[in-house]
Amino acid sequence: MVEPKNNVIRLDELDMGFAEDVAKVGAEKINLCIQCGTCTASCPSGRRTAFRTRQLIRRALLGLRDKVLSAKDLWLCTTCYTCLERCPRGVDPTDVILALRTMAAKAGHMLDRHKMVSGFVIKYGHAVPVNEENRKLRASLGLSEAPPTTHTFKEALKEVQEITKKTGFDKLVCFEWK
Amino acid sequence: MQYAFFLGCVIPNRYPGIELAMRKVAPTLEIELKDMEGASCCPAPGVFKSFHQSTWLALAARNLVIAETLGTDIITLCNGCYGSLKEANEILKTNSSKRDEVNKILHDFNKEFRGTIDVKHFVEVVYQNIETEKLKGLVKKPLHFNVAVQYGCHLLKPTKYRKVESTERPKFLDELVEALGSKSVPYRDKMMCCGAGGGVKASNPDVSLDMAREKLENMRNAGAECIVTPCAFCHLQFDRGQVDIRNQSGVDFNIPVLHYVQFLGLALGLESRKLGLHSNAIPIDPVLKKL
Repeated sequence: MVEPKNNVIRLDELDMGFAEDVAKVGAEKINLCIQCGTCTASCPSGRRTAFRTRQLIRRALLGLRDKVLSAKDLWLCTTCYTCLERCPRGVDPTDVILALRTMAAKAGHMLDRHKMVSGFVIKYGHAVPVNEENRKLRASLGLSEAPPTTHTFKEALKEVQEITKKTGFDKLVCFEWK
Repeated sequence: MQYAFFLGCVIPNRYPGIELAMRKVAPTLEIELKDMEGASCCPAPGVFKSFHQSTWLALAARNLVIAETLGTDIITLCNGCYGSLKEANEILKTNSSKRDEVNKILHDFNKEFRGTIDVKHFVEVVYQNIETEKLKGLVKKPLHFNVAVQYGCHLLKPTKYRKVESTERPKFLDELVEALGSKSVPYRDKMMCCGAGGGVKASNPDVSLDMAREKLENMRNAGAECIVTPCAFCHLQFDRGQVDIRNQSGVDFNIPVLHYVQFLGLALGLESRKLGLHSNAIPIDPVLKKL
């Protein structure tokens, strides 16, 4: 027997202000969704995983805050924007996903791999920093060993680091200053 | 034409051959490149914009200001950089409260976003400013290949920040490839994402790679002899992705991957070494042999 309890959504467990919060974070048109499913049908990620954009939006509209923000599927969107271009109601589903990610990050659900990439930007100014192999490759091509970016200009790197401190990004991604 | 050359991360730090190709190809197109000294990561739109919008905007603004100081529009060779910088530029030009917020941060570094420049992708400049007819006249070595064209998502979408003829069936990149003597072969799900964006390559590498695999199969079935893309991240995904697929499942596609600027460089008669093509993960030899 299936436990019916698992399939019941209790009204007193819903966060009625959640959709409004999502709208405020940058997905103003989430309430326009009519659940047609064009987003899910267009999603290259959902084609091979259990990620369902329509379901995510429905859950957000219902106010299932924790379920939505802690969902691992939230990080399966490649931001290809196909759903955003095709949505007949102009919901801008990709923007909904980005807003939910912002809220998830704030709630402590950011993935370790993303913290690591963010840390690279704070430490080097680049999400993909140069390495020994590519320094050599650059030199062999007649290019400067390090590109003329934050990799070469230390003051510029310091600016990037100060900006992340000012916005609180370093704390958000748990960056350890050494 | 003068442009501020935005390098980004993947090009200078993983595929410097693309940077070299740009530095060699630009003069033949009468494009003068100015280095953006001290520029950083754009920063990556799908990842940083989704974590913390004000950090994304401030770091993008800092890059934009470097070009404003140089007094020229930005030119990029990566769809991620293009999308990030173009979108941030539009937001900061049109939303005064966000501009004020960013300028408050930049003020401490004697910088100010003024909104005086535009952000262009290399293929956009070639298509709009040089045009395909003139491009045909510049070709020294016609390239007779069946090419799988990979536009990449952020060259085209979201259209609220850029003007594009069509996101479902665009033509301009195919025209740019065919102007060099090749045939752009139609293939199933041509406009599908390569799978690398939005932080998925970092967080869910298997899902990301499976998307690349699906596209590679479709390209192979259409008889593609090489892949040409204007995006550094799509380039990395298809080139190194083929090695990852081989290691994981033993499937060997062996389809060479070229950035459009490298492909153009070959057609302009530049040597492959000057285009950095020998540093690809998937050997470019079949392409060079057929030249």
